[in-house]
Amino acid sequence: MKKTGAQILCESLIKEGVEVIFGILGGSVLPIYDTLPQYPQLRHILVRHEQAAAHAADGYARITHRAGVCLATSGPGATNLVTGIANAYMDSVPLVAITGQVASPFIGKDAFQEIDITGITLPVVKHSYLVTDPADLAGVVKEAFFIAQTGRPGPVLIDIPRDVQVNEAEFVYPDKVNLPGYKLKPRVNAAQITKAAELINAAERPVVIGGRGIIISQAYQEFREFVEKSQIPVVTTLLGIGSFPENHVLSFGMLGMHGMAYANMAVQNADLIIAIGMRFDDRATGDTSTFAPQARILHIDIDPAEIGKNLRVDIPIVGDIKNVLTTLNKRIDIKEHVAWISQINQWKHEYPLVDDREDAGLLPQYVISRIYELTEGKAIMVTGVGQNQMWAAQYFQYVKPNSFISSGGLGTMGFELPAAMGVKVAAPDSVVWSIAGDGGFQMTIQELATISQENIAIKIAIINNSALGMVRQWQELFYSRRYVDTLLWNPDFVKVSEAYGIPALKVTRKAEVVPAIHSALDHSGPFLIDFNVEREENVYPMIVPGAGLSSILTLPKVSQDSSF
Amino acid sequence: MLVVKHTLVALVEDKPGVLNRISSLFRRRNFNIDSIAVGSSEQPGFSRMTVVVRGDSAEVEQVRKQLDKLVNVVRVSDITYVAIVTRELALIKVKATAATRSEIAQIIDIFRANIIDVAANSLTIEVTGDEEKVDSLIKLLRGFGIREVVRTGRVALTRGNV
Ligand SMILES: Cc1ncc(C[n+]2csc(CCOP(=O)(O)OP(=O)(O)O)c2C)c(N)n1
Ligand SMILES: [Mg+2]
Repeated sequence: MKKTGAQILCESLIKEGVEVIFGILGGSVLPIYDTLPQYPQLRHILVRHEQAAAHAADGYARITHRAGVCLATSGPGATNLVTGIANAYMDSVPLVAITGQVASPFIGKDAFQEIDITGITLPVVKHSYLVTDPADLAGVVKEAFFIAQTGRPGPVLIDIPRDVQVNEAEFVYPDKVNLPGYKLKPRVNAAQITKAAELINAAERPVVIGGRGIIISQAYQEFREFVEKSQIPVVTTLLGIGSFPENHVLSFGMLGMHGMAYANMAVQNADLIIAIGMRFDDRATGDTSTFAPQARILHIDIDPAEIGKNLRVDIPIVGDIKNVLTTLNKRIDIKEHVAWISQINQWKHEYPLVDDREDAGLLPQYVISRIYELTEGKAIMVTGVGQNQMWAAQYFQYVKPNSFISSGGLGTMGFELPAAMGVKVAAPDSVVWSIAGDGGFQMTIQELATISQENIAIKIAIINNSALGMVRQWQELFYSRRYVDTLLWNPDFVKVSEAYGIPALKVTRKAEVVPAIHSALDHSGPFLIDFNVEREENVYPMIVPGAGLSSILTLPKVSQDSSF
Repeated sequence: MLVVKHTLVALVEDKPGVLNRISSLFRRRNFNIDSIAVGSSEQPGFSRMTVVVRGDSAEVEQVRKQLDKLVNVVRVSDITYVAIVTRELALIKVKATAATRSEIAQIIDIFRANIIDVAANSLTIEVTGDEEKVDSLIKLLRGFGIREVVRTGRVALTRGNV
């Protein structure tokens, strides 16, 4: 039977199992929106800015492990998606972004709201399509989902001219894709596995660095088996948080610029680094020339282009983490590394994380710790970018798989609110906290309307230091405390929230923290707390930018009574 | 790190935008393309591309792997260090008077080049060979006054059986 392009699109999305679309209307997508009511299986969530549609789809995808879908009109609608698409690209998140385009005869004429969105997004998509014939649409959607969700996941853009949405074609959903240039999971190389097992079995001071690849591959079980069998201490990257329970005796936190001192010291003293599903980002490694100087490096990743990109690697294994670990687990010995692990525990004792100080006012670390306690570590934390992100990474103990959602690669302020919406829609039974900076919050603040309209019951904590805190910290430490435009005037966030129909509380003292979190958790709908924290609190430990992981700055005079 | 000219050959799908995806990837990874030549291959629907870039082997290997990830790229190899045959075609329009015509013709003969167009005051010459041969012919003709040069860039295949 013949169907319009818009109908073909909707039916194809349903075939792909899509349930939710985040988007905003406009002239070039009107035929699609006009068709949507014919398909009540497709829930459309109207956001207030297209960037939020992409971030929400991104958050949704990180939880479901299926492509999130966002929809925008041509021109400004499409360009507004770009940050969100780039964010998904940097963090390997499967996303299908659909944009309307001016009608085919107008393409190339600088028509009203015509923009070359396939051109603009070229460096930040895994692939993209400009559909010229409704008969191609079903095949394109099939391919787009296949590409977005397989191998190393990423965003795929589909640009659909208005006439292609309106014109008719026969609808046949293909059951196969024909992609001669698309190489999937290579077979795990047996010789490499043998070499890797030998290295692992012989190592005396091995350290595993777990990355987001473990989460993408959902290899939690295999990873845990690997680590427990070989008794190798684990540190994670920022986005590797949630790949391994942090209350495990072999868990030693996060490495990198704001990693735990003991995690970085473990890496710097290791004789073998086993890097799993991570890409040696500069924020994780510091200066690569002094990274893990005594270690051989074993790198396991699905993307062959990541091998040797930033760092020399002794043994690469290319493949899906789950497959690789399943094979590798059979080849490694049951071992113990008692002396090595007690050494790292010793460092942990010497450099603890401390969430409160007697002389201090309300500390952000204290807030995060209480959210952890009162949610019993079961919340999904969706963070902004900056200090709030680092404190959320450091002071919440992540025991639940995939419970830390953050913009790692692009570092997009404002990610937290829309992404939390997507997370909550994907996991309606989970407690979802959006941890926002007061600066970043104002970059996507308009989504409070979406949250209200759709009654998306997330809990919002603004870690309000009246500053672009992370940048202020750099100015303090590296620009002699010359604060150029990092101190913020802010609106009354409680009033703002209430104006959007979301109940809110302001917290200025320690004693109010626990009751406020209780109020938020007891309330059935969305809730916001504006935590007015110390303005000049810094994130420690810190590696001096450009230096190696051994150049650790810590808070001057750390008191020894840790509550971590 | 030894920077040399690398020859990459790629089999790519013949679809709109493919050349753009490839050249944009070189730009993004900070490579300057010396030459790029594209045309249809032995398989319908697929083109073969020869790209010449400068870089050290590790850098070029990184960009090769990134190219290989493009959905429309079926296969891409760096054939710099294997036995290959390479050719380039150039068209050269050179000033020619009654006095210089025969001298030019002699040079062209040595290079096994052809005269493909004759006008009152110029000759257009076609030459095929590796880049060095093309370079030296151009150098020799410079003395007569070169009006225009157009070169295809290198095309390459590996030698012998595959
Ligand atoms: C969209 C965007 N613009 C600018 C930056 C640079 N930047 C990084 S952290 C930061 C400060 C963030 O301030 P805030 O959201 O209040 O968080 P805080 O660090 O205070 O917790 C800025 C401006 C960024 N990461 N993203
Ligand atoms: Mg702030």
